[in-house]
Amino acid sequence: MDIQLKRGILDVCVLAAIKKEDSYGYKIIKDMKPYIELSESTLYTILKRLEVANMLIVRNVEHGGRLRKYYHITGEGLKRIEDFKEEWKEMMSIYQYVTREDDANE
Amino acid sequence: MNKQEFLNQLRSGLNGLPHEEIEERVMFYSEMIDDRVEEGLSEEDAIRQIGPIDSIVSQTVLDVPLTKYVKEKLTPKRKISAWEIVLLVLGSPIWLSLLIAFFVVIFSAYIVLWSLVISLWAVFVSLVVCAFCGVLSGIAYAVCGHGFTGFAVIGAALICGGISIFLFYGCKGATKGSYILLNKFLLWIKRHFIKKEEM
Repeated sequence: MDIQLKRGILDVCVLAAIKKEDSYGYKIIKDMKPYIELSESTLYTILKRLEVANMLIVRNVEHGGRLRKYYHITGEGLKRIEDFKEEWKEMMSIYQYVTREDDANE
Repeated sequence: MNKQEFLNQLRSGLNGLPHEEIEERVMFYSEMIDDRVEEGLSEEDAIRQIGPIDSIVSQTVLDVPLTKYVKEKLTPKRKISAWEIVLLVLGSPIWLSLLIAFFVVIFSAYIVLWSLVISLWAVFVSLVVCAFCGVLSGIAYAVCGHGFTGFAVIGAALICGGISIFLFYGCKGATKGSYILLNKFLLWIKRHFIKKEEM
């Protein structure tokens, strides 16, 4: 897949993983596993990028005698998800157009 | 390998990055191991799941911009004394020009490679323009009564068009190749920074 496209999709995936409730690194990886395999280093890069873009905020929460980082989605992050849905509708109509051409050729 | 060994190896692998950046990443991996252990995995299995340190390091090196490495390299590890500042200022004609030269070399490598790619695309565009204009002028010739000239021009135009189609794929390949090459080049420079730090 095109790197730029994949990057954008992964960003939205991670945002979706923390949309309902705040989540932490390992849980995000586990939640996404049925849909997409994500390595730790990839996740780190995505989280960092989203943090810089103000799409999520990080807070440290005490858990079992250690600190765990929880990621909380911001309004900006929610907006990104909504934008993605709109973009995807456009993508789907393009996809339909492209595959219709295929069907006609067969 | 247990957790502490893993984190130590990771820390030394990332040497050359700013200190806080290394600690932040090490903390991240530490949390990842702890969460897996909490789920019932042994430290060894948790580390195995996370994957080899080499690939973590090389991906990190690719992700971090070169300027960060240079900045870290140039930031003194302790407070510099007054006479060191004097020396730095006095020596600035040397180190500043070396630093500038370093970036200029990298920058020019970029420019050289991209100009090659751009010139290839320029040839492609001119061929397309030739094809387009050739067909039009060929038709004009033919309409004005110079039938043979018209056909010859149209023929040449079609040849241009044909070559341009081949060239398009060449251009695409060259663009992609340059991108990969520059990434490798950057990785090489960054690796160099890390190696130097280890010595």
